[in-house]
Amino acid sequence: MEKFTRLDGVVAPLDRANVDTDAIIPKQFLKSIKRSGFGPNLFDEWRYLDHGEPGQDCSNRPLNQDFVLNQPRYKGAQVLLARENFGCGSSREHAPWALLDYGFLAVIAPSFADIFFNNCFKNGILPIVVDAEEIDRLFKETVATEGYRLTVDLEQQMVSTPDGHGISFSVDPFRKYCLLNGLDDIGLTLQNADKIKVYEERRKAEAPWLFV
Amino acid sequence: MSAQTLYEKLWQSHVVHTESDGTTLLYIDRHLLHEVTSPQAFEGLRLAGRKPWRLSTNLAVADHNVPTTGRAQGIVDPISRLQVETLDNNCASFGITEFKMGDARQGIVHVIGPEQGATLPGMTVVCGDSHTSTHGAFGALAHGIGTSEVEHVLATQCLLQKKSRTLLVRVEGSLGKGATAKDIALAVIGKIGTAGGNGSAIEFGGSAIRALSMEGRMTLCNMAIEAGARAGMVAVDDTTINYIKGRPFAPKGDLWDKAVANWHTLVSDEGADFDAVVEIDAAAIKPSVTWGTSPEMVVTVDGKVPDPAQESDPVKRSGMERALVYMGLQANTPITQIAVDKVFIGSCTNSRIEDLRGAAKIAKGKHKAANVMQVLVVPGSGLVKRQAEAEGLDKIFIEAGFEWRDPGCSMCLAMNADRLEPGERCASTSNRNFEGRQGPGGRTHLVSPEMAAAAAIAGHFMDIRDWL
Repeated sequence: MEKFTRLDGVVAPLDRANVDTDAIIPKQFLKSIKRSGFGPNLFDEWRYLDHGEPGQDCSNRPLNQDFVLNQPRYKGAQVLLARENFGCGSSREHAPWALLDYGFLAVIAPSFADIFFNNCFKNGILPIVVDAEEIDRLFKETVATEGYRLTVDLEQQMVSTPDGHGISFSVDPFRKYCLLNGLDDIGLTLQNADKIKVYEERRKAEAPWLFV
Repeated sequence: MSAQTLYEKLWQSHVVHTESDGTTLLYIDRHLLHEVTSPQAFEGLRLAGRKPWRLSTNLAVADHNVPTTGRAQGIVDPISRLQVETLDNNCASFGITEFKMGDARQGIVHVIGPEQGATLPGMTVVCGDSHTSTHGAFGALAHGIGTSEVEHVLATQCLLQKKSRTLLVRVEGSLGKGATAKDIALAVIGKIGTAGGNGSAIEFGGSAIRALSMEGRMTLCNMAIEAGARAGMVAVDDTTINYIKGRPFAPKGDLWDKAVANWHTLVSDEGADFDAVVEIDAAAIKPSVTWGTSPEMVVTVDGKVPDPAQESDPVKRSGMERALVYMGLQANTPITQIAVDKVFIGSCTNSRIEDLRGAAKIAKGKHKAANVMQVLVVPGSGLVKRQAEAEGLDKIFIEAGFEWRDPGCSMCLAMNADRLEPGERCASTSNRNFEGRQGPGGRTHLVSPEMAAAAAIAGHFMDIRDWL
């Protein structure tokens, strides 16, 4: 996993609530047995006018010009601004894989669905919860200003607007540590292998039917 | 010791280690796998040279991509076939038990776990699928995980977790006529919203829940995720224990007696504190139908499609307007005037034997309406299929013009060949009415199996209370 420390990126506004993982990456693309290559199909059904299938060359597909990510001003965006309950629905990690492959490294929303939120941290994407009033302000500023950028500083836990307004956010210390250092959870957990074995011995005595 | 909730008991009995910030290494007793969310996890294991920590806790099945007809020809779509073959190969090379496509025990992962007794009270159960909340019906702590976590569980038998808040949804009284566990689920989501359970583990309690069968409880817990909660659960009682007894993976002999004594403690203690409590009057729950593109967009069958003009919140209003356009509906249309093109009876929400019996009771001696092009009945497992055939349910469906299929996820998410065409409208017993969920441009209305069967017969949504 890549480290996440500080980001200064163009912001793209996705102004709808309850954006589900079926919308982020439709089911036909989940047939892949790889982790990469989902970016061209991010928001596939909103982004293109035709129906997409896996393995297709997306460069010549007809674009839905009304969809926000297709507007040239948001090209290369790395920060996605979203509404309530972003990432609801299925547990597919293909959703953060697609966001990452497209180029997004941070998502800012008033709330996230739990599994999606968790999956982001496993892939070096920072999901940031900001209260609804600040979100409204960010939406307004993003739409009003072409090339609008935000700075995200994970160490300081601070999102900064171009006019110097700072929005602090909270993040679990453990998740922060893993993101800042690009650490693999499994390696960390296996440092506790002895504790897992001790637990298993104790549990085997308490609940032997779980160990047949 | 102070009074504990069921969630706290399940949590506490699985703590391996807690960091200073509360991040906890939680032990996992049962790991279910399917073909869609596991290939990258196995690849990760292989690249790191790791092996599964405890093989016997894993159980795998292919369900999302499998065809529900013409199985003898195998899987026609080469990409789907490769994904299923990848699961077969991974299970064979790592030594994980798998029910393959030709096995009578094959079926939807959330149907076969309980059916086999592989899901037991007091367990932590995870799977790379959000509907893992289903297994909470057994007094287990069960939730969906992403692929990185699938790999983490394979390698370490643990997950890194933060404790959830607790939410008690108490449903008291007797259910209204024609209402089912599905309608309880839709009523809960309608009340608290699809984000209402975010960060929480829901315990469903109250007399209406205790009166539900295990299958009804599974339907309810299955949809806890649609209320935003990763986990839903129901306390253990005799209904739970009677369901498990004699199932292949259930404990036997002395171990059974020991287990049962322990399982009886898996209830929230009298006076235990929940972070939030929601009360629902069971008698007020009616057969329900979703009208929009989120499960919280739901009304009762005697209601009308809501009018966005009445909504004051601008984000919600634009969401409603967008949903009406997508669904091809006008505000204020009575629900019973909405005609359907297809009907889907199946999914991890509603494909168990009681669901099929409920649908068959409505369909018996009748025939699907001429405007309904296709009615799929997809049992949740090969064993559910066998049981239904022993009861003659297949004949009732076939005589009604319904199609009797092989088990799998099918048109719940249309990863196999079963799907809606753009603009088609479907009465579906599944769990998500998201845009494109059942096929690009498809329009999904979530209902109970009884309501789905009635819509197939009438050609439009029907108030089944008129038929009961």
